[in-house]
Amino acid sequence: MSTSTETIEKLVKQEYKYGFTTEIETESAPPGLNEDVIRLISRKKKEPEWLLEWRLKAYRHWTTLQAPQWPKVHYPEIDYQDITYFVAPKNMSDGPKSLDEVDPKLLETYEKLGIPLHERNRLLGVAVDAVFDSVSVGTTFKKQLGEKGVIFCSFSEAVQEHPALVRKYLGSVVPPTDNFYAALNSAVFTDGSFVYVPKGVRCPMELSTYFRINAENTGQFERTLIIADEGSHVSYLEGCTAPMRDENQLHAAVVELITLDNAEIKYSTVQNWYPGDENGKGGIYNFVTKRGACRGVNSKISWTQVETGSAITWKYPGVILQGDNSIGEFYSVALTNNYQQADTGTKMIHFGKNTRSTIVSKGISAGHGQNSYRGLVKVLKGAANARNFSQCDSLLIGDQCGAHTFPYIEVKNTSARVEHEASTSKIGEDQIFYCKQRAISAQDAVNMIVNGYCKEVFKQLPMEFAVEAQKLLAVSLEGSVG
Amino acid sequence: MTQPILAIQNLSAGVEGRQILKGINLVIRPGEVHAVMGPNGSGKSTLASILAGRDGYNITGGEVIYCGKDLLELDPEERAREGLFLAFQYPVEIPGVNSTYFLKAAYNEIRRHRGQPELDAMEFLTFVKERMKILNVPEDFLKRPVNHGFSGGEKKRNEIFQMAVLEPKLAILDETDSGLDIDALKIVALGVNKLKRPDNAQLVITHYQRLLNFIVPDFVHVLYDGRIVRSGGKELALELEEKGYELIVHRAAVPA
Ligand SMILES: Nc1ncnc2c1ncn2[C@@H]1O[C@H](COP(=O)(O)OP(=O)(O)OP(=O)(O)O)[C@@H](O)[C@H]1O
Ligand SMILES: [Mg+2]
Repeated sequence: MSTSTETIEKLVKQEYKYGFTTEIETESAPPGLNEDVIRLISRKKKEPEWLLEWRLKAYRHWTTLQAPQWPKVHYPEIDYQDITYFVAPKNMSDGPKSLDEVDPKLLETYEKLGIPLHERNRLLGVAVDAVFDSVSVGTTFKKQLGEKGVIFCSFSEAVQEHPALVRKYLGSVVPPTDNFYAALNSAVFTDGSFVYVPKGVRCPMELSTYFRINAENTGQFERTLIIADEGSHVSYLEGCTAPMRDENQLHAAVVELITLDNAEIKYSTVQNWYPGDENGKGGIYNFVTKRGACRGVNSKISWTQVETGSAITWKYPGVILQGDNSIGEFYSVALTNNYQQADTGTKMIHFGKNTRSTIVSKGISAGHGQNSYRGLVKVLKGAANARNFSQCDSLLIGDQCGAHTFPYIEVKNTSARVEHEASTSKIGEDQIFYCKQRAISAQDAVNMIVNGYCKEVFKQLPMEFAVEAQKLLAVSLEGSVG
Repeated sequence: MTQPILAIQNLSAGVEGRQILKGINLVIRPGEVHAVMGPNGSGKSTLASILAGRDGYNITGGEVIYCGKDLLELDPEERAREGLFLAFQYPVEIPGVNSTYFLKAAYNEIRRHRGQPELDAMEFLTFVKERMKILNVPEDFLKRPVNHGFSGGEKKRNEIFQMAVLEPKLAILDETDSGLDIDALKIVALGVNKLKRPDNAQLVITHYQRLLNFIVPDFVHVLYDGRIVRSGGKELALELEEKGYELIVHRAAVPA
């Protein structure tokens, strides 16, 4: 019935509360991309020669590539010469200093975002690396982590302080030639986080990076590298927001995870980049390459993502299961509202024997949102007894939105077992009316149903963040029914 | 006389291009139990839906006063918070939403509306367990998602269980008896009787006199083609059972 569908659609109108900008003096490279800009970035960061060469090689390769056309997303062509590739708050472009020297305006910004960096009111039990536009402004709890031998710092700092580790692992999971955006990132990446957890250490607290895009017409290209040495364990969370701007902004990150024997990395994302306004104007293009390699036996990598922001999301966090008995997991909630588009999923590549992977994807489409799950499960010849279980569910709110599923399965070993389940459901008028008849408002009803639907994924998140994610989803769905 | 809980005056309504209710008059006072009977398609569920505030009907005439308020002006959730409860003919499944959580949300909405403090999870559980006894519902009703995978009869029983928790001022039971086995029917009917109070009222829609042996109505109304064509005491149900609608309606049509 059209009258009632309209009421459901009204529920999907959202207020983005992180849309403010910070007025701060910055230093930036001129817009445009060429070898000089790359040299400038590298010089600003006082990088060793090998890294500059690495960047230039990636750049030269990138110039031969074309942006992928296969994702089910639509947007005008991006002019890469129009983007600024390096912006840093003044006095920060040399890289992070102690938190005491950080501009109070920056600290205030993070405070407003709910991420206090200062000693006295830091998040309990969570170490944070805060990245503002192109650089890291500070990392908390460094000393406490250092006592355990855990390295947690900005990428730039890692290049200076731990060059051997960086050189050994950088690009080893996502090579610069991997794809268009990965090549671009490899050429111009500015900062990001670096984590190394030594043998046998269980990281004593959650690690997290908070990414903030502030400047206009800039791209954010961060690089994250996490290495869990034998028998170690770490849980990592990233969060992201950006101001509301009418222009689209590009975010093309690369994340590489490596687990050695018996190690485990749990990587959680709560992505809340500015999604654009209700008419689809503005918002972040989130074109990200995330991949983990279970190098060692019995190792485990688990991705959990809650994607509520961005105008367009293009990401497939995957796991290469090399070590025998290794485990890959992907738990995802992706919400598209208004005119947002998402093409997201995972890749599970089974090399080792007895490797196992689990995929749970929960897509939610509201308004005019378009949501695609795209996943690859590949079992190679040597992967005897490999197992995969995939479950891809779509939930529709209203009847202007769309959900699509593209599962790709390639199995080269006959002892492998791959299971795929999919479902599509719709929040029906009769369900909303039933809730209303029980005194519950339509908005609360939608939130209740959506939360129930996402439960399996939320329970993978660290407790505090599960609550955050729930709230975020509720905000993102505000206005989706009347 | 006390203020009626519900006063329907000359209510006409329909869907696009079709009149379903053609001038309904009905007054329900505190402490009363009314039964509405009528053949398939006569408009019983439509009446219940309109009272509960479902979208999609055109109200073409008349008015409905509920506890002194213009009912048709209120949103469905406001009606519910004011104590109007509908036990659905076809209860809806809500996968993924835990029944306890759902009921607690509903219950606390009503308490908030009345200016009472909300119950926390523990307090609510204690309260709800006590209510469960009235209807003899199994524990796992609370643990499962709302109506999800429930059998037809279980769903009906769950409706009355919700009614027991929410303690409505006016409960409308739309064919709650259909789909229930004999034992369940007795349990549900006895439950409904226990929930009866001098300050609330029940409107029971049914096809079968059998239910009315357990829930004894003060008034029985026959709804036929969108009109209440006859009203009487509980003996009218027996007469209906005996003679069928055609005869009763035919007689009604002839002026006495
Ligand atoms: N949304 C609608 N669109 C079209 N016709 C409708 C709609 N709702 C109800 N009707 C029609 O109105 C009439 C009354 O329906 P209603 O469900 O109220 O009957 P009922 O008395 O409850 O019947 P039953 O005893 O079978 O439950 C039926 O003929 C039905 O088809
Ligand atoms: Mg009916």
